[in-house]
Amino acid sequence: MTILYVLVPLAIGIVLIAVAGFVWATHRGQFDDLETPALRMLRDEPANRPPPEIGKRPGTEAD
Amino acid sequence: MSTSVAELPGAPPRCAHCSLPVPEFEVDRAREHQFCCPGCRTAYDVISAAGLVGYYTFGERRQTAVSSTARDYAEFDHPAFQTLYVRRAPDGLATTELYLDGVHCASCVWLVEKVPLAVPGAVSAELNVPRSLARLAWDPARTSLSAIARFLDRLGYPPHPFRGAAIDQRRQAEDRAMLVRIGIAGALAINVMTVALALYAGWFGTMEASYIRYFRWVSLALTVPSVLGPGRIFFRSAWAAIRARRLHMDIPIALALGAGFLRGAMNTWTDTGPIYFDGVVTLIFLLLAGRFLQQRAQRAAADSAELLHSLTPSTARLIADGAIREVPVEALVPNQMVLVRAGDPIPVDGVIHDGESTLDCSVLTGESRPVSVRAGDTVYAGTINQRASLTVRTVETGETSRLGRILQELEAGMQRRAPVVRTADRLAGWFIGVVLALAMVTWLVWQRVDPAAALDNAIALLIVTCPCALALATPLTMTVAIGRAARRGILIRGADALEVLSQPAELVLDKTGTITEGSLGLISWTGPAELQAAVVSLERHSSHPIARAFETAWADIDPVEAEQVQPVMGGCLTGVVGGRLITIGSPRYVLAVASDPQDLAGTLADHLTPVLVAVDGVVACAAGFGDPVRAGARDAVKALEARGWRASILSGDVPSVVQAAAVAVGIPADRARGSATPEDKLVAVERRLADGQTVVMVGDGVNDAPAIGRASVGIGVRGGAEACLAAADVFLARPGLDPLVELVDGARRTMRVIRRNIGISIGYNLIGAALAVTGLINPLLAAIMMPVSSLTVILISWRSRTFEATR
Repeated sequence: MTILYVLVPLAIGIVLIAVAGFVWATHRGQFDDLETPALRMLRDEPANRPPPEIGKRPGTEAD
Repeated sequence: MSTSVAELPGAPPRCAHCSLPVPEFEVDRAREHQFCCPGCRTAYDVISAAGLVGYYTFGERRQTAVSSTARDYAEFDHPAFQTLYVRRAPDGLATTELYLDGVHCASCVWLVEKVPLAVPGAVSAELNVPRSLARLAWDPARTSLSAIARFLDRLGYPPHPFRGAAIDQRRQAEDRAMLVRIGIAGALAINVMTVALALYAGWFGTMEASYIRYFRWVSLALTVPSVLGPGRIFFRSAWAAIRARRLHMDIPIALALGAGFLRGAMNTWTDTGPIYFDGVVTLIFLLLAGRFLQQRAQRAAADSAELLHSLTPSTARLIADGAIREVPVEALVPNQMVLVRAGDPIPVDGVIHDGESTLDCSVLTGESRPVSVRAGDTVYAGTINQRASLTVRTVETGETSRLGRILQELEAGMQRRAPVVRTADRLAGWFIGVVLALAMVTWLVWQRVDPAAALDNAIALLIVTCPCALALATPLTMTVAIGRAARRGILIRGADALEVLSQPAELVLDKTGTITEGSLGLISWTGPAELQAAVVSLERHSSHPIARAFETAWADIDPVEAEQVQPVMGGCLTGVVGGRLITIGSPRYVLAVASDPQDLAGTLADHLTPVLVAVDGVVACAAGFGDPVRAGARDAVKALEARGWRASILSGDVPSVVQAAAVAVGIPADRARGSATPEDKLVAVERRLADGQTVVMVGDGVNDAPAIGRASVGIGVRGGAEACLAAADVFLARPGLDPLVELVDGARRTMRVIRRNIGISIGYNLIGAALAVTGLINPLLAAIMMPVSSLTVILISWRSRTFEATR
């Protein structure tokens, strides 16, 4: 059972990595808004959508 | 695409943008697509020009007509605006947050986040749906914020500057810090528990002493970071409470944590006795989790005042030197001339200099009928100009306008609102005193009996009576209940509201929009039924509210051919149907061109808006228009009265209308009051509060907002003004008063579950305390008892049937 003297610190090391990952994700704002990403659904975008036609772009012309 | 909806004969075509029926006068057969209003047409053109037609493949789209303001948002590029709201990143990009009206589903997220595709120079757009906040980044060299704002506006999301960015950032940092604490505490707790499991398994004597010692040291090594890291906030808040000489839940928690940890560390060092570490770390984790839930619920309530500021109108058309310029409202001073176009809200308090029109004053008065105004009349900011352009001389602007003062009162009222003393907090204070005294007594008594066990038993008592089930009971049940309610269209901010609503109280209802539909509807009709088809056919050519009401009332009547239709001023119409000349309009107009031998004009009730129909110069029908009472309102009032609530009406509308509505829903006429200004409503609510009553105010308008903000619990109803929703604790997203009954029932059930949870956790604690005081407890039993009580509470909260259909 002396293997425990290696395995337990190893397990704690893995936990440390997981915690570090969680802290990193939190600071990146991954948990700030849990509602919108669900709505930002995985929709297939048309692969090569034509760029918007020049001169017809709305919002840019003066009112 | 929903644009190819087949046109059934008689059925109106559907709007290509919002799928609502298109009124006859908007139908343009030459076009491929039909639109219900110019707003939708603009939005459709904007969306298709930007290559975003994918929007129309969403199953769930906004089904409301677009109401864009068509403003140019020039003030967004003003240097003063930029310094207030816009931040510059080192890479030259500018960022800001805008609050968007009308955001609420997946298609909105998709559309708003496509801004960079449609506006060159816009770099990114991110939408936060629950808060309606869009975070925008753009390159100021290539585009301007006003261009982005115009684009959003054309899509039907009029943007407002968000003034709470600094507070928002601080809160976000707080939330993240709390989450990190919970994460660390949770990871450590799970591992200490695992080690503890090994120790308990070895309790029965099969483990070598060297391994036991090893595991105890591992536990200590894992507990130290939990106590010094996430656990620190309990010591800090206990210390603050002691210095303020108050009993706080954190005092026994800090004592138990500190004593348990120190004693465990000593026992680890001397290799004797229990170590308590598993209890300590679990306690830290569960308490933090409970606190986080509570903090979130309170956070939502605190947002409202900020929101309010974002929603007040921000520009005016100033007439100066013979030109018209759009300027920020803040820049206006008294004695300037502003132009208010038809359909626009009036930006200032002032006097009409030129023009004649009607105003929708429901924002200030709750009055459903339009008010006629002409030169010399006083107008107030926030009221909406309906018919024709007006030139207004400014008298008061911004904060000093009537609307500004009302909003200030609203804010002040919300600050004055006494915090609800929660059952759990009340119990906790009492509980803490008992536990502290008991621990002291235990220690003193055991000093005489067995001094070696005295400290252990006192610590065991503190740990086993840990109020973590108590601390979890309230926030968890509330959070679950609020989530369930939201799925049923009842949005609750601030968990306090549920506690107040669980007891019968004084219910004050607004009339317009709350008890009634808030829009014009046909109430009475005297005349031959065969004329109905002719009336509908004529009214299809008008966009007047009366025409809409006729169409809604008689939607199933097939229209016939109408010729020579001529709209006359003020929604009056003439036309030829089946060879007869039909004239529809107000008595003033119709009686001028037709005779009324039956005196139909005299048969109409006072509180209704009259409309007469004349056939070939003789009045044949009289129709009365009013604000119809919502279906089910009467049953809802009856149900609430049966539960011990006392309902009354407080409205800004004229008394005769209010009395009629009161009778219709079964409220005694002496409890219905009309002609109440927003200030009157606030005073009435305050008077009841001063009498010691609990007041629940239900309303929909800005005129109700101060009273809603001041009441014990304020409830906003569907379709209400944003300011009113900002002030409300509860928002009913389903129409009618039915959800109110459901809310009251749900609140009562929620409080019952909470009381049951508190009872269970106190029961557990009492048993544990008895065992600890008598020295019967051992670490194994304590370690099992504590999580079991928390788990029971969590399970009960989760399974509880708090918000479900009542009937």
